[in-house]
Amino acid sequence: MSDGTYIRRPNRPLQIYAVIFLIVLYVPVLFIPMFSFNDSIYVRFPLQGFTLQWYGELWTREPVWNALWNSVKVGLVVSVISTVLGVVAARAITRYRIPGKGTMVTFIMMPLVIPGIIFGVALLVLLSRMGVPLSLYTVGLGHLIICLPFGVATLLPRFEGFDPSMEEASADLGENGWWTFWRVTFPMVFPGVVASLLLTFTISFDEFIMAFFLTGTDPTLPMYIWGQLRFPQEFPSVLALSALILFVSFFLVFVAQRLGRAGLDNGNT
Amino acid sequence: MTETSVQTSAAEPAAKPVSRLERLLYRSEALRGYLLMSPTLLIMTIGIIVPFLILVTMSLWTRDGFSFDATLTIANYLRVWNEPIFGALLRRSFWISGVATVATVVLCYPMAYYVAFHVHRNKMMWIILMTLPFWTSYLLRVFAWKVILGYEGVINSGLQGLGMIEEPLSFLLYSKSAVIITLAHAWAAFAILPLYVSLEKIDKSLLEAATDLGDGPVARFWRITFPLSMPGIIAASFLIFIPTTGDYITPALLGGPDGAMIGNFIQLQFGAVNNWPMGATLSIVLMLWIAAIALVFLFITRQAERRVS
Repeated sequence: MSDGTYIRRPNRPLQIYAVIFLIVLYVPVLFIPMFSFNDSIYVRFPLQGFTLQWYGELWTREPVWNALWNSVKVGLVVSVISTVLGVVAARAITRYRIPGKGTMVTFIMMPLVIPGIIFGVALLVLLSRMGVPLSLYTVGLGHLIICLPFGVATLLPRFEGFDPSMEEASADLGENGWWTFWRVTFPMVFPGVVASLLLTFTISFDEFIMAFFLTGTDPTLPMYIWGQLRFPQEFPSVLALSALILFVSFFLVFVAQRLGRAGLDNGNT
Repeated sequence: MTETSVQTSAAEPAAKPVSRLERLLYRSEALRGYLLMSPTLLIMTIGIIVPFLILVTMSLWTRDGFSFDATLTIANYLRVWNEPIFGALLRRSFWISGVATVATVVLCYPMAYYVAFHVHRNKMMWIILMTLPFWTSYLLRVFAWKVILGYEGVINSGLQGLGMIEEPLSFLLYSKSAVIITLAHAWAAFAILPLYVSLEKIDKSLLEAATDLGDGPVARFWRITFPLSMPGIIAASFLIFIPTTGDYITPALLGGPDGAMIGNFIQLQFGAVNNWPMGATLSIVLMLWIAAIALVFLFITRQAERRVS
C-alpha cells in the first residue's frame, strides 16, 4: 500500500540485529548435533575428529528403543484425541452463538499460562488419591491437557478463515449435516488437522514436566534422557539421541507450520 | 452433525419426547454448540478443576509419618508464612523470572519490530524460523546450555583454546545468571509472537501522519509505535513470567544451590522429602502470588495507559 515511503526503507542496524538474533537462537541448539559427532567422551573444544560411534552405540541399546516406543505410543494417541476434540471445539466456537464462549475459550487455553509443575503435581495427587497406578496412560492424560489448547489454537484460524456460506450451499444442495462436514468442512480444514496432529505429537513427544510426575515404570524418551544425564560417561550417546530427536522435531514442526498457515496467508494478503 | 445421532428407534408413544429433544437441539444453536464443546470441557475439568480442588484440600492436611493426617488445618500455610526460607525462595524465583522476562521482551522487541515493519517478502518464513526452536524439547534446549556453560563446556574450553583465559570461568554454570540466560533463550518465541502480532496490527497511516506533522523517527516510535504495542508487551510478559516462576528443569540442571527456585522445592516435597501436603501448599501459595503479581501488573499498566490517553 505504502510503497516508496520511509517505512519501506531498509534499516541496516536492525537487519544486522535480526541476523545475530537468529544465530544466537539457533547456535546453542546446534552444539548438540555438532558434539554428537565428536570423537571424544568430553564435550569441549577443540573437536577431536569425526565419528559415528555414539550413534552406533544407541543402536544396540534396548532401553532407548523401549523409551522411544513408549513416547511414540503416547504421542500418537494424544495427538489424535486432541486433534479430534480440537476440530469439534473449534467448530463449536466459530459456528455457533454460545453464551459464555469467551469464558470457555479462556478455560481451555489456561494450561498455556499456568506453570506446568502445578498441573503435574495436581494430577499426581488426584491419581494417587483415586488409587490409579502411574503408567503411560497417566502420562497421556497429562499430555492431553497440555496439547488440547494447542490443537484448538491451531484449528481455530482454519475454521475462522473459511466462508460459512460454503457449508450453507452444501446444505441447500441437499446434503445432511454429516455429509456436509465430510465433503465440505473437513477438506477445507484438512491442512489445519494435519498441522494440529504434527504439533500435538511433537509437544507430547518432547514433554518432560508432566511426564516427570506422572510416569510409572515405563519411561518416555525425555525421562530416559533425564535419567542418563546423571552419568557423565553417557553424555556422548545422550548427545547423539538428542540430535536425532531435535532433527525429527524440527522437521515435523516445520511441515506443520507450513501446512497450518498454507492457503490462509495467500487469501488474506 | 450431532443431531442425527440422537435418533432412537423407540415405539410410537415414546417417540414424542425424543422428537421434542431433537427439535430443541435443532432449534437451539447454543445447545448444539455446548454439545460439541462438552468432551473438551469435560477433559479440561477432569484435568484441571478436579485435581486443583484436591490439591487445595491436600494443602490443608499434614504429614503424619509416611501417610497423611487428614484433619484440616492451616499449619502448612503458617509454616510457609513464618519460616524465612520459603519467603526467600519465592522472592528469588520471582526475581529470576522477572529479570528473564524483562531481558527476553527487551531483546525480542527489535526482532519483532523488524519482521513487522521491514520484512515484506517471506514473512511467514521469518515467523517460522523465529519460533521453530521453541517447539523442540525444552529439556534438550536446557541441556544444550549445560553443554555451553559447563566447567569444561563450549565457552570455557573455547576461550582457553584461544588463550584468553587460564582457568575455566566457574561463575558460568550453577548460578542465577546461568538460569536467567537459559530461560531468556528458551522462552524467546513466547515473547516474539505477541509482540509481532501487536506491532503488525498498527495502522501504518498513523506513522505517516506523525511524520507529516513533524515527528522524527525517535519521537514517532515513542509516541505511536511503543504505546500501541503495549498489549503485546503485556501479553509477552505474562506468557513468560508465569510459567517460568514454576520452572524446575533449568534450575535443577544449571542453577546449583544458589539458583534453586520454588519449583525445585515443590518437586522435592513430592520426591525425596515425601511431604505431599507441604508440596500442595507451596503450589497453592505460588499460584496465589502469581495471581497477585499479575493483578498488580495489570493495574499499573492500566493506570499508565489512562494517563497517556
